[in-house]
Amino acid sequence: MISATERTANYAVLLVFTLFALWPIGTVLGAALGPDDAGGVGGLANFAAAWEQGRFGPSMLTSVAVSGFVVVVAGVLSVLAGYAFGTMRVPGAPVLFPLFLLGLMVPGEVIVVPLYFDLRTFGLTNTFWAIALPQVAQSVAFGTFWMRAYFRSQPASLIEAGRLDGAGTWRILWRILVPPARPAIVTMVVLTYLWTWNEFLIPLVMATDQALRTAPLGLAFFQGQYTSGFTLLAAGAVIVAAPVLIVYLFLQRHFIRGMLEGAVRE
Amino acid sequence: MASGGLATPATTAPAARPSPEPRRRGLGPSPWTALAYIAPAFVVYAVFLLYPLGRAVHLSLFDWDGLTPATFVGLGNYVDVVADDQLRAAFGHALVLIVFFALLPTAIGIVLAAVLNRAKVRGLAFFRMIVFLPQVVAMVVVGVAWRRIYAPDGSLNDVLAAVGLGALGRAWLGDPVLALPAVGIVGTWVQTGLATVLLMAGMSRIPGELYEACRLDGAGPVREFFAITLPAVRAELAVALTLTAVAALRTFDLIYITTGGGPGNRTSVPAFEVFNRAFRLGEVGSAAAIGVTLTVIIFVINLGVARIGERGGR
Repeated sequence: MISATERTANYAVLLVFTLFALWPIGTVLGAALGPDDAGGVGGLANFAAAWEQGRFGPSMLTSVAVSGFVVVVAGVLSVLAGYAFGTMRVPGAPVLFPLFLLGLMVPGEVIVVPLYFDLRTFGLTNTFWAIALPQVAQSVAFGTFWMRAYFRSQPASLIEAGRLDGAGTWRILWRILVPPARPAIVTMVVLTYLWTWNEFLIPLVMATDQALRTAPLGLAFFQGQYTSGFTLLAAGAVIVAAPVLIVYLFLQRHFIRGMLEGAVRE
Repeated sequence: MASGGLATPATTAPAARPSPEPRRRGLGPSPWTALAYIAPAFVVYAVFLLYPLGRAVHLSLFDWDGLTPATFVGLGNYVDVVADDQLRAAFGHALVLIVFFALLPTAIGIVLAAVLNRAKVRGLAFFRMIVFLPQVVAMVVVGVAWRRIYAPDGSLNDVLAAVGLGALGRAWLGDPVLALPAVGIVGTWVQTGLATVLLMAGMSRIPGELYEACRLDGAGPVREFFAITLPAVRAELAVALTLTAVAALRTFDLIYITTGGGPGNRTSVPAFEVFNRAFRLGEVGSAAAIGVTLTVIIFVINLGVARIGERGGR
């Protein structure tokens, strides 16, 4: 049905867009692996040098701690809330649930301003909590929406059977509902991780101590300070992007599915 | 739903039932149990998102530098959103970014998706993985990469020189006219994959018979596209446009990293103004008002699209 010319044209179009998509990535990777900024051999040694000079050790550690905390806490809270909204009669649900949905639309910019000044009153800016908890709140909005949709799609007979066996709501959740929910939970975890790792504004506003800077923030500061070339900056960019990219390579489907189906967030 | 009307002939006398409506479906746990499951999530959500949102509305009614006592100015800060030249410019820039972040990627995405959907090409999964890649890279990294490309000695100028257009070369992000479109192209780069993948998913749900019937009528690829493909993915188009337009309105990291709003304020956008005013210029009330305005716009876009797009089964 499809002519040879059309086929060739199609591949040409795909090739052009693949190149366009890879151009910036190639620019960074190429530079990061190339000669160092003094004209030396560079290569993999660039990463060690960037790690050292950009002080990525502490900032990567902060990022791991913040995203680990947000993923676990928001994940558990979302499963609990989604379970209630999805399978139980919640008093006030017609108001409560839309209130959670509202959080999917509120941009970080609008909450970070009052948060900063209110937390400052309590001396809480520049703490781990000031960086992590607002992101838990944002993730919980998405997670509750996501898990509710999942639990609602499960047959009520599953819960009914558990109840007949005398299981309480807690046991029904963890023993019966959560094990088959693994794929849905993985998608939620992966997205929360992606958003938290890449978050820039909240740590930028909240963290004044160098020790509290997350990895993207560390890279931004490194860009401001390091002016003797692009190689080490590129190596730093690879270091910051790698933890998400590696997960993306393995769990690509979850990223794509989550971002398409959970499209309401952003 | 009460099932009382479906009593079988055997239970003619209601009094004979052991207990009224035993184990009715959906009755389940008590309301307090349900609320207890929601409470932890709600507390964090209320304290760190709902309350700040309310506080932002509150702050937006004051003139406050963040230190000295605030003065109530009513809707003055909102009047500025329309009256202040700099803010009007920022919202204007956001509109330009919508063209680059939303319209362009959606247009490219629909063509790419249609091509991929029609020609069962090899390497589809690989292509999908590549075009979606920009969505998962931190904006800071994206900014660092594109700053390099746009630099005076960067690869864009190299490419131009290679094709004999070296005279067009410049420091792209420092150009008063071209800096904004240059940042916009970065947005096109980021969002095209999302639009493409979304539309591909929509097109894969179109039944093949529709195309066969169309081809039997002698329609070429172009007619096929307008007669079948385009109408079938209306909902996905709406979703793609909303997501990308909202992303355009929320652009902060990219501006912060690439241009810092400059040259002058040629690439300043509302989200950047929020940060700039609240944390650099000490105009907290104005920052809050811009943030609230932005939230309302995003809210309206989402509601509007939900009305138009009304996706079945969701």
